[in-house]
Amino acid sequence: MILAVSGTPLKVSLAATAASLLLLLVVFELIRSRRLRERYALLWLLTGLVLLALSAWRGGLNTIAGWVGVETYPPAVLFAVALLFVLAVLLHYSTVLSKVTDQNVILAQRVALLELELRERGSAQAPGEAAASEARAS
Amino acid sequence: MKKIAIVPAYNEQGAIGGVVDEIRAFDPEFDVLVVDDASHDATAQIAHAHGARVVTLPFNLGIGGAVQTGFRYAAEHGYELAARVDGDGQHDPAELRGLIEAVLRGDADICVGSRFVGAEGYRSSRSRRIGIRILARTVSLLTGQKVTDTTSGFQVLDRKAIELFADDYPHDYPEVEAALMLHKHRLRLSELPVRMRERVAGRSSIRGFRTVYYMAKVMLAILIGALRRRATPLEDA
Repeated sequence: MILAVSGTPLKVSLAATAASLLLLLVVFELIRSRRLRERYALLWLLTGLVLLALSAWRGGLNTIAGWVGVETYPPAVLFAVALLFVLAVLLHYSTVLSKVTDQNVILAQRVALLELELRERGSAQAPGEAAASEARAS
Repeated sequence: MKKIAIVPAYNEQGAIGGVVDEIRAFDPEFDVLVVDDASHDATAQIAHAHGARVVTLPFNLGIGGAVQTGFRYAAEHGYELAARVDGDGQHDPAELRGLIEAVLRGDADICVGSRFVGAEGYRSSRSRRIGIRILARTVSLLTGQKVTDTTSGFQVLDRKAIELFADDYPHDYPEVEAALMLHKHRLRLSELPVRMRERVAGRSSIRGFRTVYYMAKVMLAILIGALRRRATPLEDA
């Protein structure tokens, strides 16, 4: 049996296009309802747009597949590109998480120092009481 | 001169009272600040009852974050000298005398009590000793200065060191990276032999699998740090 050098099947293209559109739609909706900050949405939008372009434009996908040596099944390039973008988003999240962690530490330290100051200025409440009463309340 | 003793403590209700008492007995002029790293036991209340000022973190930050809280406090309240004493009782405050003298003489901006410069009195597991040796050698190599105990949290700092660390202090296991930071900022570090005691209560934060994580994390920090931080020019150069 000879493996034909084939292009992207139409059905695959249609399904991938629909999926990309859905992704873009969801991202837009999240931004619109303010559940996703524009800053973090940019990478997702880019992901959606690139996937949409490669899904809908079959000639383009076939050409790119040719460049990178994928000859039997061009949609594999689609997976690869999607994976690459997901990795980029994840890495981006790690940096965001690191920053938030650092800020969280600073906030915790500030809160603790302010609590100490407040305690010393005001009542002679022993340390731990505030936390204990909080724990009881919750 | 305003002097402060910073005592990080996490679940040390068995030892903290004695530590606070010993510091106050050693030198009543020391203000004792216990940084309670969100302990689940009565550490904060006991420290307070023994006359320490207590700052309680809202959640556990780990040793680096806890100690830095103390440095921030010291920097904001104009302390000229800070002693760092662990809350588990393994540091004998009486041993602070030599460290304080070294800093007051201007020999160093930070003087660290080392378990390995000559003095005996400290025994730990073989693997831990080897780990500490490796780290010490690496730091010595990178700073061009002989450092023997990079994990010691028994230290006395002057105002310059307090301000540096209040602003930027490494996280989880801070001492090794802190030694490199000092070098990059051209602050002087010296070591003096001290005796350390067995832990009175509680357990070391570094054990078992954590030892591997500790070594990997610290080595990564050392190598990246060597690439990243540039020595600042000497002020009078």
